[in-house]
Amino acid sequence: MAELATHGAHPPGFAHQFEDIEQQRDAGRLGMWVFLVTEILFFGGMFTSYTIYRALHLAAFIQGSHQLEVKFGATNTAVLIFSSLTMALAIRAAQTGRKKGQIIFWLLLTMLLGALFVGLKLRFEWYRDYVDGIIPGVHWFYNGPQAPGVKMFMCFYFFMTGLHAIHMVVGLGILTVLVIMTARNRFSAEYYSPLEISGLYWHFVDIVWIFLFPLLYLIGGRY
Amino acid sequence: MGFLQSGLDSLPVLAAMMQFKPPAASSVANSVDQLYLMLTGITIFFSVLIFSIIFYFMLKYRRKTPGESGTATHTPMILELTWTIIPSLICVVLFVWSSSLYVRNGRPPAASTEIFVIGKQWMWHLQHPEGPREINELHVPVGVPVKLTMTSQDVIHDFYIPAFRVKKDVLPGRYSQIWFEPTETGTFHLFCAQYCGTNHSEMIGWVYVMSPTDYTTWLAGGEKTESMAEQGERLFSQFGCGSCHSADATGRAPSLAGIYGKPEKTQNGETRIVDETLIRQAILVPNSVHLPNYQPIMPTYQGQIDEEQMSQLIAYVKSLGSEERMNGK
Amino acid sequence: MSTAIAEIHETPAESGVNYLNVTYGIKSWLLTLDHKRIGLLYLGSITLMFFVGGMAAVLMRLHLVEPQGALFEPETYNKMFSTHGIIMVFFFLVPSIPATLGNFLIPLMIGARDVAFPKLNLMSWYLYITGAAFALFATLSGGVDTGWTFYPPYSSTYSQTHVVVVALGVFIAGFSSILTGLNFIVTIHKMRAPGMTWFRLPLFIWAMYATSLIFVLGTPVIAITLFLLGMERILHVGIFDPAVGGDPLLFQHLFWFYSHPAVYIMILPGMGVISELITAFSRKKIFGYAFVAFSSLSIAIISFIVWGHHMFVTGQSVYAGLVFSVLSFLVAIPSAVKVFNWTATLYKGSISYEAPMLYALGFIGLFTIGGLTGLFLAALATDVHLNGTYFIVAHFHYVMVGGAVMAYMGGLHFWWPKITGRLYPDLWARIAAAIIFIGFNLTFFPQFMLGYMGMPRRYAIYPAEFQVLNVMSSAGASILGVGYIIPLIYFMWSMRYGPPAGPNPWGAKGLEWTTQSPPLTENFETIPIVTEDAYNYASEAAHG
Repeated sequence: MAELATHGAHPPGFAHQFEDIEQQRDAGRLGMWVFLVTEILFFGGMFTSYTIYRALHLAAFIQGSHQLEVKFGATNTAVLIFSSLTMALAIRAAQTGRKKGQIIFWLLLTMLLGALFVGLKLRFEWYRDYVDGIIPGVHWFYNGPQAPGVKMFMCFYFFMTGLHAIHMVVGLGILTVLVIMTARNRFSAEYYSPLEISGLYWHFVDIVWIFLFPLLYLIGGRY
Repeated sequence: MGFLQSGLDSLPVLAAMMQFKPPAASSVANSVDQLYLMLTGITIFFSVLIFSIIFYFMLKYRRKTPGESGTATHTPMILELTWTIIPSLICVVLFVWSSSLYVRNGRPPAASTEIFVIGKQWMWHLQHPEGPREINELHVPVGVPVKLTMTSQDVIHDFYIPAFRVKKDVLPGRYSQIWFEPTETGTFHLFCAQYCGTNHSEMIGWVYVMSPTDYTTWLAGGEKTESMAEQGERLFSQFGCGSCHSADATGRAPSLAGIYGKPEKTQNGETRIVDETLIRQAILVPNSVHLPNYQPIMPTYQGQIDEEQMSQLIAYVKSLGSEERMNGK
Repeated sequence: MSTAIAEIHETPAESGVNYLNVTYGIKSWLLTLDHKRIGLLYLGSITLMFFVGGMAAVLMRLHLVEPQGALFEPETYNKMFSTHGIIMVFFFLVPSIPATLGNFLIPLMIGARDVAFPKLNLMSWYLYITGAAFALFATLSGGVDTGWTFYPPYSSTYSQTHVVVVALGVFIAGFSSILTGLNFIVTIHKMRAPGMTWFRLPLFIWAMYATSLIFVLGTPVIAITLFLLGMERILHVGIFDPAVGGDPLLFQHLFWFYSHPAVYIMILPGMGVISELITAFSRKKIFGYAFVAFSSLSIAIISFIVWGHHMFVTGQSVYAGLVFSVLSFLVAIPSAVKVFNWTATLYKGSISYEAPMLYALGFIGLFTIGGLTGLFLAALATDVHLNGTYFIVAHFHYVMVGGAVMAYMGGLHFWWPKITGRLYPDLWARIAAAIIFIGFNLTFFPQFMLGYMGMPRRYAIYPAEFQVLNVMSSAGASILGVGYIIPLIYFMWSMRYGPPAGPNPWGAKGLEWTTQSPPLTENFETIPIVTEDAYNYASEAAHG
């Protein structure tokens, strides 16, 4: 079934442990899905701990959630959803054989939105949390009701959004590499796997945020 | 003659050592040993079976000429099913046996003496309801069930009396319970069985099981102390609990008479039994125990009451009557 | 009696080029993308970690010959057993067979040129080395005294040792595992040679696949758990601290959610090796191929739902105890099925007794005992008495050392000629195997008795009545130590002075044996097309 193709018949980016480009593409896709499963388990451990403590200390967690501002969380949610669209459009552009300039445009827009997400978070959420003294272990001066439980909530808030933000930054790095690769004419309608599997990663990071937002910002029903 | 006597005296100890087990000194020990014996028998049986078959095949089918292959055999499904089903059945039997034993052994009899235990790095504090305290030692009467309510002051410990075949982790921030009924007088090891730091292996002690008369003598000897409930009553007034928790229910706080063991419905709908852990939680983190009909105005006593005082307060609350006793159970 | 030398076949390829000598120099090794060289990089580092962990064990056993402790203060002893556990579990047992034999053999066995992601494979090794470096650094600069289980509140609040550094080392090494597992899953799914259907795969591959499932699903959870623990230690926030509403038992649940499947990471590859050894040295098809293959998968799946049996005495509810108990009994059944199938494979075989086979037979016996003693612990009523005692220590050493390490040794001996192109001296190998078997049993069998007698584990000093059995155990440990040093010597000797092995010194079936020894970098000159089932020995008898 798999013929030994001659060397020149392989597209750029072909890796020689594979028999042909289809096998490589299949392997790349499966690899990324398996990796995303590990990420689900990784975040899942944190989500599980959060859920257990929320069940045990609901009132305190509601109080903690009130320390967050829904408008920033909501804005960031919209930013990320939009960035997933631009990412999908970048892949679509490659798939339909568009010129590299168009692919790069969508990739850069995705990066801009990702950077916006991180920037908004840093400037309007985390910096303000620092000023307000609600960063556990770092700058903690909360003396409102349910302080121990609120501290627990804020811990999880920072761990979960922090872990997520790290994944975003890694995603930005990956996108940078993709922009460079596109500029160097590595992709075509026949071969754009790196874009595709990076897209999977980006969508996953987006989905994690879609879970984080209601879990952290929207409990206690006051919005 | 004396030599013979001391030889005879040491026979029980030697017998126990030869069987490689501790003395069976509680009401559940023999049943646990029986299960252990059965498990050992099954292990020996299957090990010997597998070893012998292997040895037999090793000899019978050793390679006779170089390059020779084995003879292909087909895999009868009946054989696969047999050696899947038989082990499964054995496991079912073992599971049912051990689980029913575990459930039965886990239920303390109603009329147990209740002793409070506090584990801390690296010693055991015990207090009898009548008041006497012990460190790393526990005196109990033979034939009387004893229930231990235990908490830790720091890390996780584990209270283990091999001769009674009982063990339970002792955790900070909550109470765990075990019970036993000693069936022989004697002196038995007490160990901490959950690694707890530098001197974990020195957090050991002795359990002295005495005849009922000897125990009464022991209890009465030593300094005269108040009972735990009396000490708790003194703390109750010292910390001003009575100003809200008075018997004539002023509406500020629930009355504590008969509250122990009662199921209470909390504000978010769940029902919790008033046990040692809940009482402790109510004293230390009052606003986490949401009772309807009461405002969350109880101050916290975190940092003001140590574990020993806590256990005395709990003993006092229990002495105010429990749901069980109120209903004549 | 020794038939290995008589069965040497052809000489290596004319040019004498193989993966070992195709390029030279340290860079060609440290930047290699060849799965076989990466396997050897792991072999070297894992062997080093084994001897570090082993040294700790020897010191522990020497200390325990006296009830008051012969060598150390309790604080130092506590660091010894913690180091021993951490290094042996995370830096030896978990990667051992997968990273060395798995990396080397999987592409060869399935007829591929390499794993799916060679660069990730190299990165896995660097992650392992980095993690190991952190762990060794922590050990050398004062060690850790929490036990390998890191239970809070002791580890989060009370221990004064380098908990965060070690936890970081384990965290990093965890990513090594995850990437290895990911690589293997994709390789096995996508890169099998034409004709190599799932049910023609060697059982080693099934075992490695099942192991890889656990790698990718379980390891991320320990990573998060150690992260939370580290955060609690650094920031003093009370995630597991009851005083502020945290729950130390949450740590235990999260920890064991990985660490129980982790023990199956340790044993499943060993079971895969045993399937290969038993068939090769009986020159017969495995009995019940499908049953053995599916038992590996079932063990991997069920392993995720039994973790609570480590927590029967923590105060968990009776219902939780019952559920975990019945599931723990259930997980024993597929292992029993394997033991019976291996034994039945010997029936009407043509059996020879070179060292790999001795290790395989030793495995079956010792794993049977170790596995059955697990039933004592799955049973709630006996676990109450036995938890936290030397019975547990004996049980897990029987399965991990009498099981996994024996399988690892057997596999190393079996594939050594393929890996290095050299034969090791089989007489010395058999002597070492016998010494290991005797030393092992003398070390750990007395510990079952110590456990039932009530001696708790992790005790630096102990009551005098336990001394006799402790001395026996320590004597065994010295013998066991000697047993492990002998192979180190003759393996190193063989790399320079061992006779050439030829492609198939054992006359075994399997695609790896159709290549030269050592193999070419690209494994096969042409990718083979597979037409027969695994272990198809009988056809030779028909012709012979």
